[in-house]
Amino acid sequence: MASNPQSGDHIVRSYDEELAQLNNDIIKMGGLTETQIARSIECVVKRDPDLAMQVIADDERVDELNYEIDIQTTRLLALRQPMALDLRHIVAALKISADLERIADYAANIAKRAITLSSAAPVAPVHSIPRMSRMAQQMINDVLDAYIARDVDKAVAVWQADETLDNMYTSLFREALTYMIEDPRSISICTHLLFIAKNLERIGDHVTNISETIYFLVHGDRMRESRPKGGDANNLNLSTADADNGDAKE
Amino acid sequence: MDQVVANSAAEEQEPAPASKISAQGVDVSYSGKQALFSVDLEIPENRVTALIGPSGCGKSTFLRCINRMNDVIEGCTVEGKITMDGQDIYDPDLDVVQLRARVGMVFQKPNPFPKSIYDNVAYGARIHGMNESKSDLDEIVMTSLEKAGLLEEVKDRLEEPGTGLSGGQQQRLCIARAIAVSPEIILMDEPCSALDPIATARIEELIENLRERYTIVIVTHSMQQAARVSQRTAFFHLGNLVEVDDTEQMFTNPSDERTQGYITGRYG
Repeated sequence: MASNPQSGDHIVRSYDEELAQLNNDIIKMGGLTETQIARSIECVVKRDPDLAMQVIADDERVDELNYEIDIQTTRLLALRQPMALDLRHIVAALKISADLERIADYAANIAKRAITLSSAAPVAPVHSIPRMSRMAQQMINDVLDAYIARDVDKAVAVWQADETLDNMYTSLFREALTYMIEDPRSISICTHLLFIAKNLERIGDHVTNISETIYFLVHGDRMRESRPKGGDANNLNLSTADADNGDAKE
Repeated sequence: MDQVVANSAAEEQEPAPASKISAQGVDVSYSGKQALFSVDLEIPENRVTALIGPSGCGKSTFLRCINRMNDVIEGCTVEGKITMDGQDIYDPDLDVVQLRARVGMVFQKPNPFPKSIYDNVAYGARIHGMNESKSDLDEIVMTSLEKAGLLEEVKDRLEEPGTGLSGGQQQRLCIARAIAVSPEIILMDEPCSALDPIATARIEELIENLRERYTIVIVTHSMQQAARVSQRTAFFHLGNLVEVDDTEQMFTNPSDERTQGYITGRYG
């Protein structure tokens, strides 16, 4: 059983076992979530509605784990009156579990959109999706490693990488807008792609939450940097004139 | 908007309290065996300071230094400096009886005198010559019982023996007795150990009210109690003061591994 690297043993052994169980459940939930994202993008790229249905169904497994962790943490708080590091471990598990559950929801949403996309002709901007997804997957993978090792430096690095993900989202947004202006028949499909990209961007935000929670878990203090907010997707406003002139901003 | 935020922040922050008791380099030995090693500790005024640590760590020994109860223990030597409001309490010219009026003490096992409830409270006031007349004494007794949250329960039977009360009531009687001589500091050595949870909660509520007028130092075995009632906590281990901090900080993010080990139940 993986153990908490920062603790010695409690005198009451069952307490140790319960904390280790909680730790393992987070790791398990993280692994499941990672897989869900990978599979959801696979649905998009391979245009596979059957796989998509499976991903959507499997989201329930993540929800189950989230519920389990809620019960476990409440129980630990009531019965063990945890202090200091133990208290932070339990509170962190509660928060990380909530973020993982949201990330898995986004993966299921991506799978839903993949079903729609699979029945329409593919459009160019779809090729940017896998690159963005690989970045998001790497971030999740790294943040889970950071959690397992209680590695704050790694958690901070992941947190900083979110800026790159945000920039990718902005590029994709721009690309899709341009495409839609040039060919209005692609608007429906491009809108779905934008939602998928937005989901990936939101996944990145939740991963930064997990980074911050790991920081708090280890240091008992707040990470004192403002959240990276790369890209200006919210401000983009291309017109048909820009499309006609050939977008020189690219 | 900024002004509103700044004002509420200022309201929330209590001004840092003055130091009521200051201990510097305190060493205590019992017949040559050292029990406290160079303890430096400030006890803030009108706050509750909890002393925690495993059995034999020296927390009760330190508590007894503050009202010089260690003086009555044969073979006990106290070195270093302890001041109250800047005054050295081990000054040979200091009247130790007066000190013990200014610094009251409540013990683990409630110990009312074998006297009436009234006389229990009045005793200290009488011997310190605090009453001019019977009505002065009545006033002192009633006020003390009220402050100790006991008056309602006993006002119709003040002539009954103190020992006839329940454990929780006896403890509140002892607190009333300590308050009657107008102390500035109240020392409590595991005051709730012998009490049930309800009686304990009532004492904890009382402590919260008392700290407005008094400075309180409480030795407790219960981490949860220290967390509930105190603003500052000092952790003792093997005669050393390992760490002292704001209670909130101590129990969420202590600085020392030994403190963390103790409060999380990793070793005792």
